[in-house]
Amino acid sequence: MNFSALFKLGVLSTVVLMTAAHADQKLLPAQSEIGFVSKQMGVPVEGRFKKFDAQIAFDPKKPEASKIAFTIDTGSATVGAAESDAELPKAPWFNVPKFPQATFQSSAVKGLGAGKFEVTGKLNIKGNVRDVVVPVTLTQSGATTTASGAFAIKRLVFKIGEGDWADTSMVADDVQVKFKLALAGVAKF
Amino acid sequence: MNSTSSSQYSRVAIALHWLLAIALIAIFAVGLYMADLPFSPQRLKLYNWHKWAGVSILILSVLRLLWRLTHTPPGLPQKVLAAMPGWQTAAYYATHGLLYALFFIVPLVGWAYSSAAGFPIVLFGVLPLPDFVSADKALAELIKPWHEITAFAMAGLAALHVAAALKHHFVDRDGLLQRMLPAVNGQ
Repeated sequence: MNFSALFKLGVLSTVVLMTAAHADQKLLPAQSEIGFVSKQMGVPVEGRFKKFDAQIAFDPKKPEASKIAFTIDTGSATVGAAESDAELPKAPWFNVPKFPQATFQSSAVKGLGAGKFEVTGKLNIKGNVRDVVVPVTLTQSGATTTASGAFAIKRLVFKIGEGDWADTSMVADDVQVKFKLALAGVAKF
Repeated sequence: MNSTSSSQYSRVAIALHWLLAIALIAIFAVGLYMADLPFSPQRLKLYNWHKWAGVSILILSVLRLLWRLTHTPPGLPQKVLAAMPGWQTAAYYATHGLLYALFFIVPLVGWAYSSAAGFPIVLFGVLPLPDFVSADKALAELIKPWHEITAFAMAGLAALHVAAALKHHFVDRDGLLQRMLPAVNGQ
């Protein structure tokens, strides 16, 4: 069996300089999505980031040597309601003027077989850095490889929603992060 | 049962009338207040309470209608009916009919707006209710003014209803209001 490889993604992420050998692996933003679901008094509210980028160095033969980094423009967050979107860049939420980007930097990539991988790395939001483990499923279609998955974070750990908004009876602490990332240049697996 | 039972609303009807009167005034006031609040936990809280209260009122209104359909309310006393000009009698029936229609229309339009706006109602924060319209921004904008318009229509009719009841009580002194007051003496 020829499986493989890996890589990918995650979600919030960071920047790493890639080596020239991997310069041809890149994110296809138009076909990619990074979203999140928070619960407001029990009501699921979906949001997404409109602008993000990735730097990926993935070797199908050596998934463990792969490196995945993401940068997400926090100012591009939207929940689809104008008045809420106007609040997200402010200090209690993403504090965009001070922290314009959230980042993810992988520290380990493990192949689990059957196109599944586990990416461990550091998630940095608003200057708060935490280790996260992200399950990733890869599928390939033609020259495009799609990495998808979901994981939960605790918003208060990252100080998303401070002050009056820290009340978890209003906005739950758990936030589900979902991603679907289309990548070009990843070797067949 | 006392001797006036045939001219009196049933205890259940009286209880539902006053409970819903208080609830409707409260939810209307909250609705007016919350709409102008800035983005805040307070606003989020009041919006959700308003939705939960609206669904509760809708459920109570269903019970109230079922009760009314199975327990004939007292008709207007002959004496009162004889003293009323025709247009007042027509207004009496029209006001009650329209109020009943609005007891259902106002909350259902509000529910539809919430669903269309992409915020499904989760009753008391635990019970997700179905969306009977799909999330659609354009549809939400179309529905939005109608929740307010129908709510103000209900408020206007309720004010008319109260004014007429007080007129019967204080001007006509015909005892009509007694039919909807809890009996103080007598089993």
